[in-house]
Amino acid sequence: MKIIEINNLTKTYNKGKVIALDNINLAVEESEIFGLIGPDGAGKTTLFRLLTTLLTPDKGNAKVLGYDIVEDFEAIRESVGYMPGRFSLYSDLTVKENLQFFATLFDTTIEENYHLIKDIYEQIEPFKNRRAGNLSGGMKQKLALSCALIHKPKLLFLDEPTTGIDPVSRVDLWNMLKKLGREGITIFVSTPYMDEATKCDRIAFIDNGHILNIESPENIITNYKQNLFAVKSEKTYLLLKALEKFPKTINSYAFGEYAHVVLNGDENQLKEYLVQNDFKEIDIKKIDPNIEDCFIEEIRVISQHNRGINEA
Amino acid sequence: MHHKKKNNTKIFKQFGAFIRKEFYHVFRDKRTLLVMFALPAVQILLFGFALTNELKNANIMVVNQASSIESKEITDKIEASPFFTIKMAEHNAENVETYIKQGKIKAVVIFPENFGRATGKDNTVQLITEGTDPNIAKTIINYINAIIGDYQLTELNKNGTKMPFTIDVEVAMLYNPELNGSMMFIPGVIAMVMMIVCTTLTAVSVVREKEFGSFEVLLVSPLRPILVLISKALPYFVLSFANLIIILLMSKYILGVPLKGSVFLLMAESMLFILTCLTFGLLFSSIAETQAVAMLLSMMGMLLPTILFTGFIFPLENMPTFYQWLANIVPAKWYFIVVKDIMLKGVGFASIWKETAILGGMTITLTALSLLKFKKRMQ
Repeated sequence: MKIIEINNLTKTYNKGKVIALDNINLAVEESEIFGLIGPDGAGKTTLFRLLTTLLTPDKGNAKVLGYDIVEDFEAIRESVGYMPGRFSLYSDLTVKENLQFFATLFDTTIEENYHLIKDIYEQIEPFKNRRAGNLSGGMKQKLALSCALIHKPKLLFLDEPTTGIDPVSRVDLWNMLKKLGREGITIFVSTPYMDEATKCDRIAFIDNGHILNIESPENIITNYKQNLFAVKSEKTYLLLKALEKFPKTINSYAFGEYAHVVLNGDENQLKEYLVQNDFKEIDIKKIDPNIEDCFIEEIRVISQHNRGINEA
Repeated sequence: MHHKKKNNTKIFKQFGAFIRKEFYHVFRDKRTLLVMFALPAVQILLFGFALTNELKNANIMVVNQASSIESKEITDKIEASPFFTIKMAEHNAENVETYIKQGKIKAVVIFPENFGRATGKDNTVQLITEGTDPNIAKTIINYINAIIGDYQLTELNKNGTKMPFTIDVEVAMLYNPELNGSMMFIPGVIAMVMMIVCTTLTAVSVVREKEFGSFEVLLVSPLRPILVLISKALPYFVLSFANLIIILLMSKYILGVPLKGSVFLLMAESMLFILTCLTFGLLFSSIAETQAVAMLLSMMGMLLPTILFTGFIFPLENMPTFYQWLANIVPAKWYFIVVKDIMLKGVGFASIWKETAILGGMTITLTALSLLKFKKRMQ
């Protein structure tokens, strides 16, 4: 049985004026960490709310743990764990009280499933009598995760669990998720950070309400067929402008101190062009793509495809 | 059967945890506590004391058109009392209204031309009071009446059993002919305070969860949505009831408002009214998405009509028919009648069953409505 199965799911807002999700299809296997990767406003939270039965779709259907998201919403609510994007615990309750409340709500006790949350909870335990509102961002997320996990759900929905927290806590949280995956808990997680995609078993790129590609991070990188270069010079802004004008450029964008450029040619042609245009200290190297390069390439292909349709 | 029993204990536990959480919210939020307990106390004291001010040295005017011995004697008696200061004494009543308007005097005592023993048995003293402050006006009337009554009694004693003549006091009130008694305010304030506390706080406490996102988590949990509503309402029911007892104790022992009727009947009726207010709060919470909106809704939707249409500040009888009709859908109007009748008149259930039925009907309708409006989802 697929843990999540989505068929042609469409969701619009404002009476159809805003298309949040357009004909989505995807399936999630048992005990995998499935990542939904996309920028803000791509439709990630909408998809979470549909799957957690908080919203109903306009078209299509989806099954979560074999239950229909519209018909059997009560059964789904009984059995999944959900952590919304916003911090959603009670800031005027202490750490311990929050955890206790959610344990009772799900008809369990902290002791019963302590082994699941042990790793993260140990880190916040010194502050267990502190009000949740006075915790740091990372601590809050760890507490929220503990609360979502306390009833040992078969499936865990985590909507941007790492947004707004420090890099160290992000690593902590991902290590936690890996461990939960080994416990047999399926995790459906979203993130706007491309670098976190590699921590998932499989990822789906989502942009503007469309799912672009569903693959394992390794395969996504292997499947990248373009010639990708990292370019640097003394004039970064002008360099980006010049790269856009270069006839052999397929795509170019800033990436840290470098510019990444997808070329329909080799690096010598590019170097020649840049020298002609008075650029100095030129540094060009062929690189392997990272997940973000793959994502940008996917978007380029899709928009080119759409332009083709529009022009035809 | 066994499964069902287990299910029941589960619901009971969830319920208990939820209610404990609600009490934490209330007792840890200073603002809520302030609104809940300090505000009612302050309002009761403010309204109560502002309106039951003792009368001392009120400026009055005497218009003596008679110049008889009797008029002189009564004027002296009034002057001698600690309650009045005769600010002006004139022989005609031309400027009376101007003085009252200017606020120079609170009341005017007029002895007509033919006042006095010589003119016969029936004599009338005219008393004009300024009615914008009904309490003071009422006190003045009582005191002047008492002074004149006392004067008559002395005269009676002087003359043995034969009363030489009688004096009537003819009262006219300017600016507020419908005299509102001071005691009437307390039941009104009770109704208003209950409305603020129950409706606003319940609405805000539900909407706060929506705003902070915890409502999403509660929805995606095994907790039945109806249980969320009950769990939200119950703590506020208990707190409101505690509040009511404090208010009633304060009214009785600090302000001296009598409680003539049955305490139990008053409590039972108050519980019903608290329920009505709670259901209003729940209804508003299903409409509002932010705390600010919830607050506005309950203030505009409840507080304003309560002040305007309950009849304790602005007499309903003087309002246009449309407003009188509108007042009927304001629950506080009915509760005000009930409290007034029980506290001040001391009536039993037989006299207020109609108001009780109306409040009950409203509660049932509102409960049904808020259950219907309660969203099991987010959209």
